[in-house]
Amino acid sequence: MRLANVFDLGVKELRGLGRDPMLLGLVVYAFTLSIYTESHALPETLNRAAIAIVDEDQSPASSRIVTAFYPPFFTPPKLILQPEMDKRMDAGLDTFALDIPPNFQRDLLAGRSPTIQLNIDATRMSQAFTGGGYVQSIVSGEVTGFLDRHRASENPPVDLALRARFNPDLDKGWFGAISDVILSITMLSIVLTGAALIREREHGTVEHLLVMPVTAVEIMVSKIWSMGLVVLVASAVSIVFVVEWLLAVPIQGSVALFLAATAVHLFATTCMGVFLATVAGTMPQFGLLLMLVLLPLQLLSGATTPRESMPEIIQTLMLAAPNTHFVILAQSILFRGAGIDVVWPQFAALIMIGSILFVLALRRFRAFLR
Amino acid sequence: MSETPPVVRLRDVALVYGAARALDMVSVDLPAGVMVGLIGPDGVGKSSLLSLVAGARVVQTGVVETLGGDMSDAEHRRRTCPRISYMPQGLGKNLYPTLSVFENVDFFGRLFGHDRRERERRVAGLLARTELQAFAERPAAKLSGGMKQKLGLCCALIHDPDLLILDEPTTGVDPLSRRQFWELIDDIRRDRPGMSVIVATAYMEEAERLDFLVAMDAGRVLATGSPDELKARASATTLDAAFIALLPEAKRRGHEEVVIPPRAAGVDEMIAIEAQGLTMRFGDFTAVDQVSFRIPRGEIFGFLGSNGCGKSTTMKMLTGLLPASEGTARLFGREVDPKDMAVRRRVGYMSQAFSLYGELTVRQNLDLHARLFGLDPEAIPGRIAEMANRFGLDDVMDSWPDALPLGVRQRLSLAVAMIHAPEILILDEPTSGVDPIARDNFWSILAELSRKDGVTIFVSTHFMNEAELCDRISLMHAGKVLISDTPAEIVRSRNASNLEEAFVACLEDAIGEPPASPAPSPAPRDPADGAVPQPTVPSVRRSFSLRRMFAYSRRETIELRRDPIRAALAVVGSLILMFVIGYGVNMDVEDLTFAVLDRDDTTVSRDYVQQIAGSRYFIEKRPLQDYADLDRRMRDGTLSFALEIPPNFARDVARGRNVELGAWIDGAMPARAETVRGYVQGMHANWLAGKARLLYGSAATVGEFQLAIRYRYNPDVRSLVAMAPAVIPLMLIMIPAMLAALSVVREKELGSIINFYVTPVTRFEFLIGKQLPYVALAMLNFVLLTALAIFVFQVPFTGDFICYAVGALLYVSATTGMGLVISSFMGSQIAAIFGTAVLTLIPASQYSGMIDPVSSLQGAGRFIGEIYPTTHFITISRGAFSKGLGFDELWPSLVPLALAIPVLIGLAGALLRKQAR
Repeated sequence: MRLANVFDLGVKELRGLGRDPMLLGLVVYAFTLSIYTESHALPETLNRAAIAIVDEDQSPASSRIVTAFYPPFFTPPKLILQPEMDKRMDAGLDTFALDIPPNFQRDLLAGRSPTIQLNIDATRMSQAFTGGGYVQSIVSGEVTGFLDRHRASENPPVDLALRARFNPDLDKGWFGAISDVILSITMLSIVLTGAALIREREHGTVEHLLVMPVTAVEIMVSKIWSMGLVVLVASAVSIVFVVEWLLAVPIQGSVALFLAATAVHLFATTCMGVFLATVAGTMPQFGLLLMLVLLPLQLLSGATTPRESMPEIIQTLMLAAPNTHFVILAQSILFRGAGIDVVWPQFAALIMIGSILFVLALRRFRAFLR
Repeated sequence: MSETPPVVRLRDVALVYGAARALDMVSVDLPAGVMVGLIGPDGVGKSSLLSLVAGARVVQTGVVETLGGDMSDAEHRRRTCPRISYMPQGLGKNLYPTLSVFENVDFFGRLFGHDRRERERRVAGLLARTELQAFAERPAAKLSGGMKQKLGLCCALIHDPDLLILDEPTTGVDPLSRRQFWELIDDIRRDRPGMSVIVATAYMEEAERLDFLVAMDAGRVLATGSPDELKARASATTLDAAFIALLPEAKRRGHEEVVIPPRAAGVDEMIAIEAQGLTMRFGDFTAVDQVSFRIPRGEIFGFLGSNGCGKSTTMKMLTGLLPASEGTARLFGREVDPKDMAVRRRVGYMSQAFSLYGELTVRQNLDLHARLFGLDPEAIPGRIAEMANRFGLDDVMDSWPDALPLGVRQRLSLAVAMIHAPEILILDEPTSGVDPIARDNFWSILAELSRKDGVTIFVSTHFMNEAELCDRISLMHAGKVLISDTPAEIVRSRNASNLEEAFVACLEDAIGEPPASPAPSPAPRDPADGAVPQPTVPSVRRSFSLRRMFAYSRRETIELRRDPIRAALAVVGSLILMFVIGYGVNMDVEDLTFAVLDRDDTTVSRDYVQQIAGSRYFIEKRPLQDYADLDRRMRDGTLSFALEIPPNFARDVARGRNVELGAWIDGAMPARAETVRGYVQGMHANWLAGKARLLYGSAATVGEFQLAIRYRYNPDVRSLVAMAPAVIPLMLIMIPAMLAALSVVREKELGSIINFYVTPVTRFEFLIGKQLPYVALAMLNFVLLTALAIFVFQVPFTGDFICYAVGALLYVSATTGMGLVISSFMGSQIAAIFGTAVLTLIPASQYSGMIDPVSSLQGAGRFIGEIYPTTHFITISRGAFSKGLGFDELWPSLVPLALAIPVLIGLAGALLRKQAR
């Protein structure tokens, strides 16, 4: 392998990428705008949840409850009659239905402990979870306000001082931003390398390279370093300028260590890009293959939801994927400030997976050139 | 001839693509009942003209009349298209590569409304005539160039057209196949004497045998007339020369006839290239069989052969790219070793298609190649300047190659191949498509390289006049070299009048066919195939034909089955994705790891810990030693939650003193941390309440009122139960829509859409025919997804399955319809893939009640949500899965779905064009 060839061919790849506005646009978008919007998307917050109320009491206490629900968390409540309630829930019109029983106020004041029924459409998972708590506390607050008296705590004086480490306010934007960087790194490295190879194949320039004193390894390594470098630089810029500076997300650990980890990860994913491109052969097939490969890779790596809630078998299988390790690594370094003493097993795993992928990709690439 | 009206009349026809002018005020009449030829190099407007005549392209300006009617009139096009047959340029362009020979012809038969018996008769007749019956089961992609063209002709002739339009039908085909092709045409014309044929060709030898020629250049007609008339007008002996003479003065300037001085005999008989018994086998297929030749230094050696005859494999073995199975190749007496990079430095190579980097400038291309060949970096700029000067590239050094004319690009390719001053130059069909003047210039350069610099040139070509310029030529066929000698000697030894005839004779010998077989082919003649042509098929007139529709469905199914990646996506793609989403986007938080730093270690503290460890959410890990341990284990992510119990906890609780427990949650994943916080706080409160009950009795916990929460439809609040019924609609829109869109866009990109333009298929036959297989596939997916949800994800199904299935059928008909609508504004397959994903997923996940019910949306989002099919199917899916509903309750959601289908298909039909623009 001649390093000069690897260098020259890599520079050619960079020039080629520079002339492809679509891919450049994708790189810029993925590392700036996409991260920004991801950090500002607040999927868990309740937004205009649909609520209906059956007020069978029609008392000051019940109307106080009815008026407590308003936008932006809830839609203005629909006042309905008891028989409508089930039908509306069946049709999916309401997520919450509150049923205030007759004589609620009287029973409340008489200390008879009346029961308000809250029906939640649990097929709407996100709203059901967060909204249920909101409704509960709003109703309690209004009833307490109505009674206008406060009962002193009779519980034993044991306090639980609960602190969240690494993200004290549990700001979801921090997580969203960094997860998106991680996802973008994986996606772009595969797409760019695969596209670089397929472009060459579709233009018939691969054949041309082969008659020159250039070996398959040199061609493949040149694509790996050039496309890997683009993603590495883009992710460095994005971590420093977009995440740390623009979004003011504090980075706990060493950015340099994270970039070193990224470089190792890129080695594995760019090899994967070469491999997938040789399987696909043409751009449309590559696109379809990406649909089938990228989404599972991303969703099951633990980047968006915790790995431990996945079935055991999937957790084990996903250990073979480079981004599982990269996600663990990146979260440890960026969020928890872990050093190399903590994350070395992931480094080792990435290097091993990368080497295996490199050998597999090279073998396929050689066959692809025939 | 003069009495019969012309078959085609053009008046002031102009055609513009963007800034490029393809046709410039063309007015010409083409006579009927004869063979008309359009001649001229690539890019002069021949193909544009033919596509206008065939009605495949919209007429921009001027009048195009074919078979006595205006081609801009849709009614006339509909009436005449069954009488026209159009074979576009490019080997097998109108064929379907994965379909077999029989399936291809059969498909066209169906499009023209032939019934089974009729099809079988016609297909058998045509295949017999073209001698393709032995290959009836072979996929079109695996045919040789000549066979592909014969198959294309079969497809074009299936409906007995009155006008046959052939766009460069023989380009890239070996001389024998070419001859056979023309004999076939003659044969057919004998049966159907009234048939008019219009042919575009780049071969002047072919043009000689046509009745009427139209010479074209730069979008204009240079001259018309019979070959003899043209030659007489230009007072030239060959058509090639006549064509050059007819060109405008500005173009002819500087043109000289190529004269290659003879090689000085015996001066330099060093052998540059030598092959001895070269053989290459791939499995049991022998690509190259015992090829031997010796090429002395400085010779121009021509290599003739059709596509796939083993030319490129031989070249690869010579350059050491492929190790030979048997035999040896020597360059300058040294055996070629594939691992020996030094050999490649002595060889320059120029491939058939322009294959330099379009994304690099001319200078960068030269520079890259110079570096790759390991030239001394100091010497590179000088060398580049030298090459630029020699090959006339000085003015274009900083341009992008794509912007240059073909002839200049060819010179650039040659300059790149010569950058490292190789001693051997290998050129693979270097001049295909180049105009005669540029070609002659190119050969002048080659002559100079050979004679002055002593470069050995190994060139493959399919032009006979180029072959004649070579010192020696070899003819290769099916892996074997048939003959190898000087052009003159070959002609003499075969007693032929020219090189082409000599070659055809060689080929016929090799194949073992009777020499010169213009005799009618041995095909069995059907009585109906006799001299009186049958009138065109009656069923063509019908406005909507199920046969044509199913022809498309059938073909789509076969193609899908033979495309592994697309088929995998269609059959199991949604299953994989749902599986992944089901487990990957899980909102249940379980099996959280925690550890305790218990500084008290009493029954009370252990009771507190037990409270947490006993729940199904937490798994206790070994106790913490100290803060450093806590810190380390939280940093590496092995603990999600850590608890510290202070010393004297039990004593202080008993005495009612204020105690504080320390607890830390891993905040790296905020959503998980929030859940953990909720769990821990709940358990803490529970523990306190239990303690209080112990201390003060039951009176302590009676509240003022109670809030009874009922989690309806999903009492255990399981993520999967909530997710699965919402993900199924998502899967059934994204992938079916994408596949349906691809099915149309693929045809646009690969060019087979032309068959839709020029056959009697209507838009709706085309669209619905393509849609049906995907509806069926989507229903299969629906069954699989539902089974996955019920049996693997354990989601209870409580409603009416029939109602659910009917809803699904309506839904997938609508979603595939959406794919067809999307396809009308997508240009490439890759755009269709990502475009469809975005266009379907965003409304489906944001506005269709998957997360927020549509009733809570406002403005545009609300409007989209109300009309989007996914909204209604999510209601049906959730209703049928979790809410125990059936037709009685769900009909309000079924009706809008049913309405969406005709609207979407109607829209797709309105947007689909029946002609290219």
